[in-house]
Amino acid sequence: MAKKVKLPLTEETIAELKAGDNVLLSGTLYVARDAAHKRMVEALKRGEPLPFDIKGQTLYYMGPSPAPPGRPIGSAGPTTSTRMDMYTPRLLAEGLKGMIGKGIRSEEVKTATKKHKAVYLAAVGGAGALISKSIIKSDIIAYADLGPEAILRLEVTDLPATVINDIYGGDLYVEGKAKYRK
Amino acid sequence: MREIKAGAVTGAISNLFNQANYELGEDVLTALKKARQEEESPLGQEVIDTILKNADIASNERIPLCQDCGVAVVFLELGQDAHIVDGDLYTAVNEGVRQAYDEGYLRKSMVARPFSERINTGDNTPAVIHTDIVPGDRLKITVLPKGGGAENMARLGMLLPSAGRRGVVEFVVNAVDEAWSKPCPPVIIGVGIGGTAEKAASLAKHALLRKVGEPSPDSEIADLEREILEKVNNLGIGPMGYGGRITALSVHAESFPTHITSLPVAVNLQCHSARHREIVL
Repeated sequence: MAKKVKLPLTEETIAELKAGDNVLLSGTLYVARDAAHKRMVEALKRGEPLPFDIKGQTLYYMGPSPAPPGRPIGSAGPTTSTRMDMYTPRLLAEGLKGMIGKGIRSEEVKTATKKHKAVYLAAVGGAGALISKSIIKSDIIAYADLGPEAILRLEVTDLPATVINDIYGGDLYVEGKAKYRK
Repeated sequence: MREIKAGAVTGAISNLFNQANYELGEDVLTALKKARQEEESPLGQEVIDTILKNADIASNERIPLCQDCGVAVVFLELGQDAHIVDGDLYTAVNEGVRQAYDEGYLRKSMVARPFSERINTGDNTPAVIHTDIVPGDRLKITVLPKGGGAENMARLGMLLPSAGRRGVVEFVVNAVDEAWSKPCPPVIIGVGIGGTAEKAASLAKHALLRKVGEPSPDSEIADLEREILEKVNNLGIGPMGYGGRITALSVHAESFPTHITSLPVAVNLQCHSARHREIVL
């Protein structure tokens, strides 16, 4: 049974999430992937503010297909999180609390996630059509020139995801593999 | 000499990329349903259910199966007695890609200058085109929109000949183990053995075009495919890496004679959104 979770995440909600939990996310989240991460971290290094207040927010690693007429967004599944790893600890230090993507994270990211009491979730890769049905609104809020890599703000209802790394050190990828390995 | 109009090639390419990105093939659906029966992990079962439901939504509501609509990989088998008229063959292919990705609301993912500015080409061209000249007067076109996440997990090994069959099995199983959750399992594993470095890589990609679950017609290779599949499915990675029995749906291997000093092995992973379509003109 999937837990209903409101976004942005609260400390109390994060404390209840354990690796392997299925959740349905509702509320506001932000979309950023490779090029947007690079720009955000470069901005921080120059002492400039981010294009949105990241404190307490959740990032979805995703680059949608174009929205056809009458729909808020096209296909909208997760991309591989590993490519964001080199930028993630800096964003966690700025107050990022949730990340949605797919695939294993680096040890540095896992350590920083635990340290900053954040949570990493995965959505099913290749289920972009299904996931798009839970996105009710999508607005470009920054870096429009990056095309499918622009930063978006999404309103979502019951977006399905699974907890991978929780604040207790749980790691579904490691635990799941160990459980079924022969 | 039979004439084939370049415009017909463009139309066919455009249709094939649209079909492939919106409708999962029957072979893939059948393999996924079988995997659902065999998967023991509850989370793994749910992932496969999600993938099957996604395929329904994509087809019924016209939403691409995956937002990564891929690099446009195109295989051409051109009969030596066919003559392309009214235009250049590769220009016609790229025009088909441009039309499909523009009119079909597919994501354009190609960037020019891979090592520097990485500016999007805007229309998902150029296609990666592989051409074989074959007997006959037909043109067989196969399209394979290939997602980046799985392609990034490709491996090439120049093994010592003494490594033999065991070395090949180990190399492939390790490649899948290291790729872990990243290539969107359950995957289809393309393996190319022999030839030269680039021949092995090309065979591994070509092997992905075979119908999922169909064994190699060569019994020794079919036996190798079975052994690799069993070992890979004992890794425990499972659907989307959440842990489980089904890490791969199928292993497809192709081999080619090689040099006395060499044993090249290439691995090309295909995510579960295994999109490919073909037509003969």
